[in-house]
Amino acid sequence: MRALCWHGKTDIRCDHVPDPQIEAPRDAIVKVTSTAICGSDLHIYDGLMPGMESGDIMGHEFMGEVVEVGPQNHQLRIGDRVVVPFTIACGECDQCRRGNFSVCERSNRNKETGDKVFGHTTAGLFGYTHLTGGYPGGQAEYVRVPYADVGPVKIENGLTDEQVLFLSDIFPTGWQAVVQCDIEPTDTVAIWGCGPVGQFCIRSAILLGAKQVIAIDNVAERLSMAQAGGATTVNFEEESVIERLNDLTAGKGPEKCIDAVGMEAHATATLDSIYDRAKQAVMLETDRPHVLREMMYVCRPAGVLSVPGVYGGLLDKIPFGMVMNKGLTIRTGQTHVNRWTDDLLRRIEEGQIDPSFVVTHHVGLEDGPEMYRTFRDKEDGCIKVVLKP
Amino acid sequence: MPHRYDGPDGRNGRDASTYALAQGLGWFSIGLGVAELLAPGQLARLLGMEERTELIRAYGARELVTGIGILSQQDPTPWIWGRVGGDAIDLATLAPGLDPDNPAQRNVIVAVAAVAGVTVLDAVCAQQLSSARRSRATARRQARVKDYSGRRGMPRPPEAMRGAAKDVEVPKDMRIPEALRPYTTSKAREPAGVGT
Repeated sequence: MRALCWHGKTDIRCDHVPDPQIEAPRDAIVKVTSTAICGSDLHIYDGLMPGMESGDIMGHEFMGEVVEVGPQNHQLRIGDRVVVPFTIACGECDQCRRGNFSVCERSNRNKETGDKVFGHTTAGLFGYTHLTGGYPGGQAEYVRVPYADVGPVKIENGLTDEQVLFLSDIFPTGWQAVVQCDIEPTDTVAIWGCGPVGQFCIRSAILLGAKQVIAIDNVAERLSMAQAGGATTVNFEEESVIERLNDLTAGKGPEKCIDAVGMEAHATATLDSIYDRAKQAVMLETDRPHVLREMMYVCRPAGVLSVPGVYGGLLDKIPFGMVMNKGLTIRTGQTHVNRWTDDLLRRIEEGQIDPSFVVTHHVGLEDGPEMYRTFRDKEDGCIKVVLKP
Repeated sequence: MPHRYDGPDGRNGRDASTYALAQGLGWFSIGLGVAELLAPGQLARLLGMEERTELIRAYGARELVTGIGILSQQDPTPWIWGRVGGDAIDLATLAPGLDPDNPAQRNVIVAVAAVAGVTVLDAVCAQQLSSARRSRATARRQARVKDYSGRRGMPRPPEAMRGAAKDVEVPKDMRIPEALRPYTTSKAREPAGVGT
């Protein structure tokens, strides 16, 4: 089969690789009909995530048709149409029973590595380094889905792939980022980053009833899409984020701040971002946490910082004194996708939201390597790429 | 084979080889800078220019800053041009050492040749980066910003959709602790006269 494989920093290739096979009784094999490039794939593309090996198959947002089912999988049948969450969950461990699917205790088959790196293992993820299991990803014609009687969400209606594909990651991720802010009707929610997750954060904040939603970015197309979703926009290249956020909140700062950027912040001409780039260049820091610092500074005391953006390692000059003295709450983590999928699928079916608004590019798998670059460089108005194997 | 752009930020349209050359020059700067900072006296003696020890130490700091600039910035073009300028200063500093009276003249000749070689590399790299930068700027000017103002993703305008999902019950483990809730939304805790 064909698959997009990682061969090193900024080196993704469309390779021919062996087809996946059933390896455990609860597995299923899914023939991929649609898959997407996620912003967090770019951290791997840019060589910032450790634990990749040459030839690893990329991708963790995918859906398709079940073509093979393990003997102990009684939930799926051949022919079922499914969306597959990017977190692999066993459904039985202590964490899964609590609904903390992204920290499943059993699905990371490289548990020892996860224990060493994170203190305690987290869930296995598709196509996202050997720290989280080294599972082949979904940017391929076929994927083996472990514990396939738990994660996959059956789609039994006439919705298009583009309407449901993002239940695999970015829609629940944006949703959880806002839900865990515990929105009050009086809240101002500031969202850094108007990429795909940021866009879903904006719409989730509106649907969940925030009084004011403010979105921060510097890319015209993304700001325009953010505005369409109901956000007041701030272009950080044209104005001071801190001043504008304070202006829009009567000098008090937003109650809820969401970091939908993560480890590769592209702040321009700020001292701390130059410092981060210098330290990252000589390998003294792994991530560029400009957004985290800005959120800690501007957030209203007793507010909430929600961090769906991916961080990979060691961050420097984090003003934790601000967090402590202002009594801020930090909520973060990979998304517990299956907590939200049933509810979100219902909302899509009822027409409350149509996630396909975010798709800007459709291409075949063979054009994937080039689209990684286009997406990374935000060229051609690229916000979300859907690949059709 | 299609043209492959590379680097931590391909916005400048530089290709992989130019980018790799720039990165290499960045690391070279750091290496040379560290050597000049840590052993300026030895280098000065090697060149028969003991009176320039402090100057060599300052050049080391310059090299270090330039190297970090090249490696850390999205667009290393100005930093590579900075290296070209630095090369000129280095050559000017070395020139007096070519005096036949200098017992270390031979070492200086080798140093001048080495700096001249690196200068060529710096100049080629800087020119290629600048050229790619111009192409990129032209492409940006010609590209039209796509209009996504119609992509709201909701059936009605945001104002009409605000609160449409109010039925969501925030899971217990994600709620703000009651003690931290604002007085305005926790009526039971609201002291008399407090509110906005």
